[in-house]
Amino acid sequence: MYRYDDFDHRFIDERVAQYRDQVRRRLAGQLTEDEFRPLRLMNGLYLQLHAYMLRIAIPYGMLDSTKLRKLAHIMRKYDRGYGHFTTRTNLQLHWIKLEETPDILAELASVEMHAIQTSGNSFRNTTTDPFAGVAADELEDPRPYAEIIRQWATLHPEFSFLPRKFKIAICASKEDRAAVKMHDLGLYLHKNEAGELGFEVVVGGGLGRTPYLAQSVKKFVPRRDVLSYIEACLRVYNRYGRRDNLWKARIKILVNSLGPAKYAEEVEQEWLASDREAIAIPESYIAEIAAAFAPPDYDRSPVDEAALERAMAANPAFARWVRNNVHPHKVAGHAVVTISLKEVGKTGGDITAEQMEVVADLADELSFGEARVAYEQNLVLPYVRRDKLFTLWQRLDAAKLGTSNKDLVTDIICCPGLDYCGLATARSIPVAQRIAKHMAAKEDAIGTFNIKMSGCINACGHHHLGHIGLLGVEKNGEEVYQITLGGDAGHNSAIGTIVGPAVKSDDVPAAIDTLIGIYMKLRQDGERFPETYRRVGQAPFKEALYAPR
Amino acid sequence: MAASMQIVTGNRLADGVVIYFAGAGEWTPAIDKALVAEDDHANALLAEAQVGLPPLPAVGPILIEITRDGDHLRPMTLRERIRASGPTTGPMAGHTALDANPAASGVDDYSI
Repeated sequence: MYRYDDFDHRFIDERVAQYRDQVRRRLAGQLTEDEFRPLRLMNGLYLQLHAYMLRIAIPYGMLDSTKLRKLAHIMRKYDRGYGHFTTRTNLQLHWIKLEETPDILAELASVEMHAIQTSGNSFRNTTTDPFAGVAADELEDPRPYAEIIRQWATLHPEFSFLPRKFKIAICASKEDRAAVKMHDLGLYLHKNEAGELGFEVVVGGGLGRTPYLAQSVKKFVPRRDVLSYIEACLRVYNRYGRRDNLWKARIKILVNSLGPAKYAEEVEQEWLASDREAIAIPESYIAEIAAAFAPPDYDRSPVDEAALERAMAANPAFARWVRNNVHPHKVAGHAVVTISLKEVGKTGGDITAEQMEVVADLADELSFGEARVAYEQNLVLPYVRRDKLFTLWQRLDAAKLGTSNKDLVTDIICCPGLDYCGLATARSIPVAQRIAKHMAAKEDAIGTFNIKMSGCINACGHHHLGHIGLLGVEKNGEEVYQITLGGDAGHNSAIGTIVGPAVKSDDVPAAIDTLIGIYMKLRQDGERFPETYRRVGQAPFKEALYAPR
Repeated sequence: MAASMQIVTGNRLADGVVIYFAGAGEWTPAIDKALVAEDDHANALLAEAQVGLPPLPAVGPILIEITRDGDHLRPMTLRERIRASGPTTGPMAGHTALDANPAASGVDDYSI
């Protein structure tokens, strides 16, 4: 994991001191709310329905046991003993007191964490593959590039006041586990014909009111030039992006109004005219940063696979967990493990302080002290020996972290919705809970299935990309849910299409059941829902959903 | 036609607790103690709630519509009912930011 150098420590400490003084002046009446609001937002502090909310940055989803324990301590001391992981792989605390926030930021700084740029019209947290560095299908570890982008983008003076927020994601594997195409700018690491590493750059993705998938604007940018190319993308956005209309200010609107080809042409001109050498990344620097992500000292002694098989045979619940939550690793004898935060009936993405400490202990004992956050609101242990899987599962299960539902119908992505969020127009958590309870008994038979849900049009729950997506809206004082079908994330990304009139809250679980029932009837071997949907079209789903009852 | 009734609400500056304007410069977390303005007196109530030396106690004061339910004041919108009563599900179901030592209820009560 990347460790702060002296510059980083000094920068974060100075920022905490500045913020402490800003809070003091606000509480003393020397700053109005209008003056203070942008200052607190720059430090990740929002005001929501019940209290202040602090959004803590987790760069590219990387955590270690020290950070996990500090977060647990903060959750217990300053909040209500739990937190919520977001689809940007950050952590939100929903019961924060303004007067305590300087102390919280100081505590975060002590473990090389902060909440900078988790709000505002600038770069947000760069995300990447939660299996980075360990994925069997990976070309190269994407984290060094995510870290280099983080360093370059943090408080970048030219891009601190963009027309709107800006999100970057990086994928370096055959499978896109970072939903790259829904980002303002995405990077796909690959090799050109000469065998050199570089990035395909895609731009203009985003969900919200007007969803778009990012489109390719350059097939190959050498690694050393990636920052200058991103800079050119940003400069064109900064120059032409709309600032007169909040709903048309994201780069997706610019790219799609200019057309991707014209946008790419503008970027190319800007890039060629720019001083590319000024921010070229020397190979030596890439190597220096990559060293911070060097593989751990794996125990390469043989694993008794027969013992693992026996444990699975003797314990069907464990076998099911291995099937669903354990993934291939690039090093023999090891596995990548998803810790589901989607216990049926609970709030997806939530974790208690006690559970956080269990994860910290297990990370120390079984995963070289490291854990990751996945955008699907789950955690990942990246370095688990296969002969420790049974022990790990038992310990997770005892902490109610052993849910075996990765990518199943109960692994629902869900924003906090109207139970917490000031922007929401409808609740999402209780509806997701009811769907999960309703569908849990069928989830193995259904297989891979992604439901994604948002409590407002801002789409924090990625509903456009759900095989079934749900958008909660308020209509005549009642919460109703608009259903989209056929969305998908990853390399086959697709925006779901609205199936018809919204359904009432109470009717949502049965509606989901009906739609999935049709899918199970019509699917062919190995087909996931999006494939079946594209093959058969919307009609059979619509007919079943709106059939008179 | 029944008179429209409104009260003023905001979040307490120091800790974000949901509070209501009770008149005479006072704010309270108890919605039933809020000062009610009828019909076109609402804007005057909102103005009165924002009088005082800085810092004002409440951040983002706004008017919200309510109805009377016996001795209780009940917000008209779901959003304001959730602000008044806490989340409808999850570990803090039914708890507001005022509760110092909330017990984890875990109750899935999604009807308000």
